[in-house]
Amino acid sequence: MAPHVDALYIFLLIVTGMMALLVFVVVIFFAARFRHRPGVRAEQIEGSTALEITWSAIPFAIFMVIFAWGAVVYFKERTPPADATEVYVVAKQWMWKVEHAEGQREINELHVPVGRDVKLIMTSQDVIHSFYIPAFRIKQDVLPGRYTVEWFRATKPGVYHLFCAEYCGTQHSGMVGSIIVQEPAQYEAWMNGGSTGPLSATGEKIFAELGCVTCHRTDTQGRGPNLQGVFGKPVRLEDGRTVTADENYLRECILDPGAKRVKGFQPIMPTFQGLVSEEQVNALVAYIKSISAAKPAAGAKTDASFATPRDPNQIQAQADVKAQAQPNAQPNRSQVQ
Amino acid sequence: MSMATAIPQPAERENYLNKEYGVWSWLLTTDHKRIALLYLISITFFFFIGGFFALLIRLELLTPAGDLVQADTYNKLFTMHGMVMIFFFLIPSIPAVLGNFLVPLMIGAKDLAFPRINLLSWYLYIIGGVMMLHCMLTGGVDTGWTFYAPFSTSFTNTKIVEAGLAIFVAGFSSILTGLNFVVTIHRMRAPGMTWSRLPLFIWAHYATSIIQLLGTPVVAVTIVLVAAERALHLGIFDPKLGGDPLLFQHLFWFYSHPAVYIMILPSMGVVTEIIACFSRKRIFGYHFVAFSSIAIAVFGFLVWAHHMFVAGISVYSALVFSFLSYAVALPSAIKVFNWTATLYKGSIHYDAPMLYAFGFLGLFTIGGLTGLFLSALGINVHVTDTYFVVAHFHYIMVGGAVMGYLGGMHFWWPKISGRLYPEGWARLAALIVFIGFNLTFFPQFVLGYMGMPRRYYDYSHMPEFQVLNVLSTAGATVLGVGYLLPMVYFLWSMRYGKPASDNPWNAAGLEWKTASPPPTFNFDEEPVVTWEAYNYEELDAPHSEEVPVAR
Repeated sequence: MAPHVDALYIFLLIVTGMMALLVFVVVIFFAARFRHRPGVRAEQIEGSTALEITWSAIPFAIFMVIFAWGAVVYFKERTPPADATEVYVVAKQWMWKVEHAEGQREINELHVPVGRDVKLIMTSQDVIHSFYIPAFRIKQDVLPGRYTVEWFRATKPGVYHLFCAEYCGTQHSGMVGSIIVQEPAQYEAWMNGGSTGPLSATGEKIFAELGCVTCHRTDTQGRGPNLQGVFGKPVRLEDGRTVTADENYLRECILDPGAKRVKGFQPIMPTFQGLVSEEQVNALVAYIKSISAAKPAAGAKTDASFATPRDPNQIQAQADVKAQAQPNAQPNRSQVQ
Repeated sequence: MSMATAIPQPAERENYLNKEYGVWSWLLTTDHKRIALLYLISITFFFFIGGFFALLIRLELLTPAGDLVQADTYNKLFTMHGMVMIFFFLIPSIPAVLGNFLVPLMIGAKDLAFPRINLLSWYLYIIGGVMMLHCMLTGGVDTGWTFYAPFSTSFTNTKIVEAGLAIFVAGFSSILTGLNFVVTIHRMRAPGMTWSRLPLFIWAHYATSIIQLLGTPVVAVTIVLVAAERALHLGIFDPKLGGDPLLFQHLFWFYSHPAVYIMILPSMGVVTEIIACFSRKRIFGYHFVAFSSIAIAVFGFLVWAHHMFVAGISVYSALVFSFLSYAVALPSAIKVFNWTATLYKGSIHYDAPMLYAFGFLGLFTIGGLTGLFLSALGINVHVTDTYFVVAHFHYIMVGGAVMGYLGGMHFWWPKISGRLYPEGWARLAALIVFIGFNLTFFPQFVLGYMGMPRRYYDYSHMPEFQVLNVLSTAGATVLGVGYLLPMVYFLWSMRYGKPASDNPWNAAGLEWKTASPPPTFNFDEEPVVTWEAYNYEELDAPHSEEVPVAR
């Protein structure tokens, strides 16, 4: 993203620099040229509509170029590629907790390989934070109660600053971390050390433990909707609206099931607000996404790897569910030290 | 100006200052000019409190480590700096002091439409101010002046409700001042003072008053909601109870963006008067300048979400608000061009007020142009919530608004006090403020693009930011001297300054056609206006022989 933002920035520096220079030079020139001289009077000028139109229209045209260019860059910044690797981020006063789809967890650090699109799915446990990587020119507020998303592709290995950019209390300036960009080989090595199994497998475990399976069955007999293949699809609601089953919708259905109930189902699902941690919600969402057969073509490749939850890691994940129930007690699992 | 003794006064004419003495003649006055002075004293007091906080902030940031104060103290410092400067200095500054003093004089009225309500405004301001002082002395607030929920509603344990109430009460002072100005400007103009003969200072205040009337109630409601949420856990902004934290931001910025125009529009009005007077010319494109004030007031209400481009709003609404932000930039650009064109073929004097006006032009232009960066969506994502934003809004609100305020104080001080200030010192102060300001805030643009987030107490993880922070702190000390100087020589001039004539600048405008200082009811006879605003041609007309015109 950085080259796109910097190009626009340089363009703006040149354009506004020229505008400023024009105003300053003219003001200084007039101030010197028309300084008071004894016996010389000012010449009164009413104004000029033609001039007013000119100096409104030209700046406005320039503004529109900046506007359009800025919008194009913004749409790029705001549209993650469909096949981006997904990483879940939970913010809290005053730390960043990161969970990779493969199960790796980190605190105040994020390991990514060079050249891969990374999509961050972020939420906050308490107040509003903002996930800011100045070197990548990206920033997105992280809100409680919903997911926000940002993405990037790192192009050079190295360690980059991660800042919280939205004021969040006493240790706001301590809510900083590092983005560690590695060559793919190094990254694989890091990734293979101490994994706890895929996030979706953890999610499946929770799905079973909380008894979700009793209603959300994989046939048509369940009292709740069959969740196979639901992710990314339009869903007809009881009140007649249609929504897309994205991450935010799944999250809302878990925490506030009555809000957007699927057409044809009774309001019998209890809320899980306060019963599941943000990390558990993330795991559940990752699981529901993993059992969605029809993904965008490009995304199928990434998700297929953990769409088959019957792998040996599943057993290990079982032990991990309990650890996740106490998010504050998690040790720093960072692999970099 | 190094006069050591008071100048012996001839028997003075009766004026608003010497008509009555004693505390009650001031505290119970309904004279708009006396109320303006009450405001002047009170806002100066708060300006130096806010400035003291700013100085501590800059000292803390001199070194990367957090070593001067505690983290919580620092967070309270920038919060209280913002709240004091915005609600207790900038918003009342020009309207409540210069506007209060000048609006009736400029339109040829005896007083504002509601003199008692005017006094009530000041008392509300003082009550709010005392509450704010009490809040600061007993612990303060640490949310930032923006009060973002749910931090302010569910997490911090500082004195949100008390600070909110202080702002709530002071807000009514602002609303009542706006109301008073709107009614006065509509109903109390002297015979012949048509809308298109009004000084542009009045147009600017009219636009400002509309914003005060329509915007301030929204922030009042928002504060009530925050207080209710804290006390009763209603779940308006708390997602755990079904609320939406973004709703808070929408409500807050719906007022707080237009509030920026409450601060800058009056300053534009001041600068317009000064440029006309010291160029000896009518303002180029009078109607365009007048209507651009109204356009700013109207469009100013439609751009609030440009503070929220990374807050989680949809890309399409961001698109609309970005576009509208460019629309509101245009009237400001038109003003700058018209001021510049006014200089053309003028007969320009470099008295102190004009130096402040030039300073305003420079700083406001930089502030405005950097606004174009922030309105560009793609760049906003990177620089929002960094020092780039801090620098930008200080260029507008301090560079622009305070330069205009100081320019206005110098321009009308002879009228207000009946005395002349020492011109040499005043020019020096203008220069010091201009240099100190740029030294303080220009490095912050660079810091922001480098990625330094705002409201950071400790930047020891990123020592690369230190050099620019040291520059900025050095600039702040220069700026502090620049702001102290005028206070010293204004006070000095009240006792030792030369008496001012009724019209020391030979300026146009009804306020210069009455005595300095003016009598209690402003004019001995009701003025009748038969001329256009800025009739410098007539004022400068040669009495005997023909004088060549500038070429």
